[in-house]
Amino acid sequence: MELIANLSLGFGVAFTPINLLYAFIGVVLGTLIGVLPGIGPVATIAMLLPATYALPPVSALIMLAGIYYGAQYGGSTTAILVNLPGESSSVVTCIDGYQMARKGRAGPALAAAGMGSFFAGCVGTLILAAFAAPLTELAFKFGPAEYFALMVLGLIGAVVLASGSLLKAIAMIVLGLLLGLIGTDVNSGVARFSFNIPELTDGIGFVVIAMGVFGYGEIISNLSKPEDDREVFTAKVTGLFPTKDDIKKMAPAVLRGTFLGSALGILPGGGALLSAFAAYALEKKLGTKPGEIPFGQGNIRGVAAPESANNAGSQTSFIPLLTLGIPPNAVMALMVGAMTIHNIQPGPQVMTSNPELFWGLIASMWIGNAMLVILNLPLIGIWIKLLTVPYRFLFPAIVLFCAIGVFSTNNNTFDVWMVGIFGVVGYLFVKLGCEPAPLLLGFILGPMMEENLRRALLLSRGDWSVFVTRPLSASLLAAGALMLVIVLLPSIKSKREEAFVED
Amino acid sequence: MNIKSQKDFVSGLMFMGIGGAFAWGATAYSLGTGARMGPGYFPLLLGVMMVVLGAVITFNSLVIERAGGDKIGKWAFQPLIFIIGANLIFGVCLGGLPSIKLPAMGMIFGIYVLTFIASMASAGWKPKTTFILATSLAVISYVAFVKILKLQFPVWPAFITG
Repeated sequence: MELIANLSLGFGVAFTPINLLYAFIGVVLGTLIGVLPGIGPVATIAMLLPATYALPPVSALIMLAGIYYGAQYGGSTTAILVNLPGESSSVVTCIDGYQMARKGRAGPALAAAGMGSFFAGCVGTLILAAFAAPLTELAFKFGPAEYFALMVLGLIGAVVLASGSLLKAIAMIVLGLLLGLIGTDVNSGVARFSFNIPELTDGIGFVVIAMGVFGYGEIISNLSKPEDDREVFTAKVTGLFPTKDDIKKMAPAVLRGTFLGSALGILPGGGALLSAFAAYALEKKLGTKPGEIPFGQGNIRGVAAPESANNAGSQTSFIPLLTLGIPPNAVMALMVGAMTIHNIQPGPQVMTSNPELFWGLIASMWIGNAMLVILNLPLIGIWIKLLTVPYRFLFPAIVLFCAIGVFSTNNNTFDVWMVGIFGVVGYLFVKLGCEPAPLLLGFILGPMMEENLRRALLLSRGDWSVFVTRPLSASLLAAGALMLVIVLLPSIKSKREEAFVED
Repeated sequence: MNIKSQKDFVSGLMFMGIGGAFAWGATAYSLGTGARMGPGYFPLLLGVMMVVLGAVITFNSLVIERAGGDKIGKWAFQPLIFIIGANLIFGVCLGGLPSIKLPAMGMIFGIYVLTFIASMASAGWKPKTTFILATSLAVISYVAFVKILKLQFPVWPAFITG
């Protein structure tokens, strides 16, 4: 079995002391930001990216990946105990998780989330390992037309699955694509939209955009809301273990959540957030047995399913990144940036040119998930204490780490001015109800899309029909069009709005 | 004509404005042909697309009824100014401002300044707790960024280190 050989290579890499250490740092940080409301994985990864310059690429990626899936574990703790989503993907966990905590069943709720996440994480990683090789082979058949079509599909996926207005999300993507084009055009050497500012000829750093829009934009909008009184169920977490009856109920929910999450994670635009929403909706649709607690009043299935799904989704969203080099969501867009910083061109060649990195990263996810269960169940008390730290101590620290992170990317103050501008822009987006995630995705894909469009049209001598005459590209575009049509159908449209309002 | 969604109306105008600016800017570069795309081709295409999207968003905001008018609401100027200001002044502390001959004050000084300014963004900040917070952040940052990660920063003011 090649898979086993590959995985043993991966574990060989992941089990070195340095990589174990960075996996540990990653999952601890991930849990930390997951527990703390008001800071998400996008801002954190952007913040820490500069700090990974000095690390070997494998260790850097292992740590950054740990932050993403670690945040899915931590997010549930806050959702259950405080009724605030620590992470956006835990929004639905609040509904039943908090009700369980109010009924004195915080322990089983936390256990259901933790064990469900662990199971889902393991399955998600296994799927990642199994599907990576065949998908990579497919990717080698891709020409520029297919890549362009795939990116179009990915971007459509991102808007379809975004909450809020579809048109605004598309406009945000286009804005992101345009911002991505700022800087020197690789083909002609012309510095575009740089206003003769030397720093801009290199383009805007994505760390700057991610941090300004996600970090500062969110801090400002958080501060403009009155600080809510947090009611933390600290004393009531006793008896972590779920009863036999709980296990009987949650086991199938975990399975369904894992399956759904794994499938949705692979989709362009998918990932943890969508998976959690879908899994909760599915559980609700399946209904309750007579005598079971209804949803919304503390049903354990309402915790187990979305928490398994978000973790499975966060693992499998690495598949398009590692095999095709195309990020399916904003966090993966940052991972593209991280790989580029370390001189690794994301794409199908990673698996053959950097097998230690590829399999090491996958293997580290297993180890990371195992660490997370220990961190989140027996050591839950530490995280609960953290929840009592008020936001007014947290946000200056976040501002500081952002500022240091930005400065250290290039060691110049120009980036600090830029992040200031994007902070204002980010707050503007919040006020106008424009979601920033599609913008970041567009920003990363902008130059790639232009390059592939250029190549495809060059090969076809300027004939745009190349995108529909090549079967692979045509079917990818058709899938994208289909997604748009489905989402615009009146019945689905109202359902979609309902689904995102429900929380 | 009534604006049915204030948020969408303004964002539509914003998209039209930015899209138009990019499209207009793109015409300054050679467009080329489909087979040989010039540097202006793709940005022009996207800019025009954005203007169209912006126009549709604005149009919809005037036509489609929305509950409560979808108001933008009040701007939180206090957090906006203090948070962004803290960030900018931290940059000045690290890099100095050669134009007015302000020397670089270094990271430690910058951390105190940033923490104080940022704390002022929330109502009810207290100088004493802010000072304690700033001191602990300075220690943590010094150990983590300078000692462990060995990032290259001006740590102390330039006139001390020379």
